[in-house]
Amino acid sequence: MKIGFSAEDEAFRQQVADWLQTHLCGEFEPLRFRGGPGDEHMFPEERKAWERELAKGGWIGIGWPTECGGRGLSISQQVIFHEEYARAGGPGRMGHIGEGLIGPTLVALGSEEQRQRFLPGILEGREFWCQGYSEPSAGSDLAGVKTRAQLENGEWIINGQKVWTSLAHESQWCFVLARTEQGSVGHKGLTFLLVPMEQPGIAVQPIQQLTGTSEFNEVFFSDARTAANNIIGAPGDGWKVAMTLLGFERGVSTLGQQMQFRNELEEVIRAAQDNGADRDPLIRQRLAQAWAGLKVLRYNSLRMLSGTQDGSLRGEAMIYKLAWSNWHRDLGKLAMDVLGPQAELLEGAPYQLSRLQSLFLFTRSDTIYGGSNEIQRNIIAERALGMPREPRAR
Amino acid sequence: MDFAFNEEQLMIQEAAAGFLGKASDSAAVRTAMESPQGYDAQVWQQIGQELYWPALMIPEQYGGVGMGFVEQAILLEQMGRHLLCAPFLSSACLATPALLLGGNEPLRETWLPELAAGTMTATLAFRQARSGWLAPHQPSARAYAQGWRLDGEYDAVLDGASADLLILAAAHEDGRLGLFAVPADQAGIERSALPTLDQTRRLARIRLTNVTVAPAQSLTLDQDAAALLEQTLQIGAIALACEQTGAAQRCLDLTLSYIGERQQFNRPIASFQAIKHRCADLMLHIENSRSAAYYAACIAQQVLAPDGDAQLKAELIEAAPIAKSEASEAFMLCAADSIQLHGGVGFTWEYDPHLYFKRARASEQLLGTPAWHRERLAAHILESRP
Repeated sequence: MKIGFSAEDEAFRQQVADWLQTHLCGEFEPLRFRGGPGDEHMFPEERKAWERELAKGGWIGIGWPTECGGRGLSISQQVIFHEEYARAGGPGRMGHIGEGLIGPTLVALGSEEQRQRFLPGILEGREFWCQGYSEPSAGSDLAGVKTRAQLENGEWIINGQKVWTSLAHESQWCFVLARTEQGSVGHKGLTFLLVPMEQPGIAVQPIQQLTGTSEFNEVFFSDARTAANNIIGAPGDGWKVAMTLLGFERGVSTLGQQMQFRNELEEVIRAAQDNGADRDPLIRQRLAQAWAGLKVLRYNSLRMLSGTQDGSLRGEAMIYKLAWSNWHRDLGKLAMDVLGPQAELLEGAPYQLSRLQSLFLFTRSDTIYGGSNEIQRNIIAERALGMPREPRAR
Repeated sequence: MDFAFNEEQLMIQEAAAGFLGKASDSAAVRTAMESPQGYDAQVWQQIGQELYWPALMIPEQYGGVGMGFVEQAILLEQMGRHLLCAPFLSSACLATPALLLGGNEPLRETWLPELAAGTMTATLAFRQARSGWLAPHQPSARAYAQGWRLDGEYDAVLDGASADLLILAAAHEDGRLGLFAVPADQAGIERSALPTLDQTRRLARIRLTNVTVAPAQSLTLDQDAAALLEQTLQIGAIALACEQTGAAQRCLDLTLSYIGERQQFNRPIASFQAIKHRCADLMLHIENSRSAAYYAACIAQQVLAPDGDAQLKAELIEAAPIAKSEASEAFMLCAADSIQLHGGVGFTWEYDPHLYFKRARASEQLLGTPAWHRERLAAHILESRP
């Protein structure tokens, strides 16, 4: 067990920092510290241009295997990249669903042909992806998806509705979990489809959130089409593929997320120092608790990423979603308590939120999306602690 | 960066779990805690002379094994798990680091071989504040021709009645702090064992009346010992956090085993969501505590190593309070919930949860409460940003 980085790693850190300093400037300067959670709807075109800039520098897919176009960098160097990226105020990544979720899934389970078709678009920052899992009647019970797809004349014809789809209107592709076996129930008969977004059969409707902004969308499929070979795995393997993909949510990108959290925490600390809340003993306790909690998230991630990478989720990985979502939600509340009466005043009409107000409101979604806290606790109890399953209603 | 145990470390873990599973099972803990000394001398002898645990992180030149604090942390986690009654925390995690980090080489050569062999034990004596480390007034060290005369009282010294060697904190007339290695049987030292709420760990009152110490007994060769004491207490707090983590895990394990068998409403009570979610939260706290304790152990290892990385050493000031506060709260919560989820039997003397609950409370207090550590952390964070 060792922490700390080698001299070679530190040289790499300098290389990353230098590149960011010379590239995250000029036209990209306004993007610094923007586009994170709660701010994802801002500057979409500029952030896409930034993705292409990152791609030119070779900074997309740094952990992917070299035979798939990645750089095959060590975990340590990936950690360093994420640390430096956030330190420099690197904008929220438009390409994170492609790079972090579907890309690794294609590497693991895609065909050679699919890898050649889709990975370059992700690595070059040209093609963006969104995730078609949740539906109005399939939230926590994801296996209840009703969106249907059937093969007709060498094409899948898709009908149904997805919801809570981030970046749907900014994406060229969506991966869709759909029911392909008529009359099937639960996680049987599902297939994992890759569907182009720019077609007449797809309509995207933004959802106005309690923040007043719209980062999530509804996506309607009415005879939407995709080629027969645009599925990962075989028809009927959809559940397995969907779960493999979710496993990548706990990868090295968690460190990037934490560095964004760090920037938010620094802003809360600054606010406390500016208005004197930092002299209130209870606020001091909570600031220290937030600081400690974020460090512990980092230590958890370092444990997740170290040792045997056999894909099995150990304890520290199982608790990760519950840990970060609670931490982030508490930070949002702390931000308001630090600001005090000032927290009530908007930056402008009709409903222009400051970053900390946005943090407070947006973090209410963290404990719901990606498996609600209640579902996380079921997963921990049943899979990590081996407790009996819920009796199922018939 | 590889934040996982290597194979040798996993073997140490397995061996420790195997030994303690027998030598410190529930019956053994109960016998030890009711004995006059508070621990089983025969088990301690095995620990010292067969397992070499007190020697583990002492360098080979002083008769030690020469491993690091990470290996020590592995042992501590298992000791906590099995609620081992032994003077390990006081001797190997407070007194030993104080000697190692102090600048007095002859003292190291005199005492470390004995401590390594387990033929002697030592402890650190200081007056505790209500919620933190040092009370404002420590016993006094008044200079005289051949050294100093120590006078005063320590109210609750860990293993103070059984230790053979005392590392005594005392204040010089000019306010500087001194740390002195003094054999417990020296004239003027009066020790009385105190009955304790947590019977698995012993405390004693130590009274000093005109105890004379020579300059050679000063751990810092007459330099101010405040920084040394500070570092020692941080390392002790990290050690305790490792122990607390193991104990918290054991509380959850005991609970899971009980609620998996206990039937009500024709179902094991472990199948009720109210209970499952509570256990999931306990696991969350335990894993957080474990991550914080392991990380802090890596930092402590750097601090203790003569060639430790300066940047990592500097993290001690936050790693220790994070580990101690996370682990204290995790253990307290797990122990309390362990009683609750055991239901009626959790309230009996016969079942083990109360032993853990009492240890949890004592450990939460020992070497700084969570709130006290967090205030220190807050001061550190805020002061580093003017």
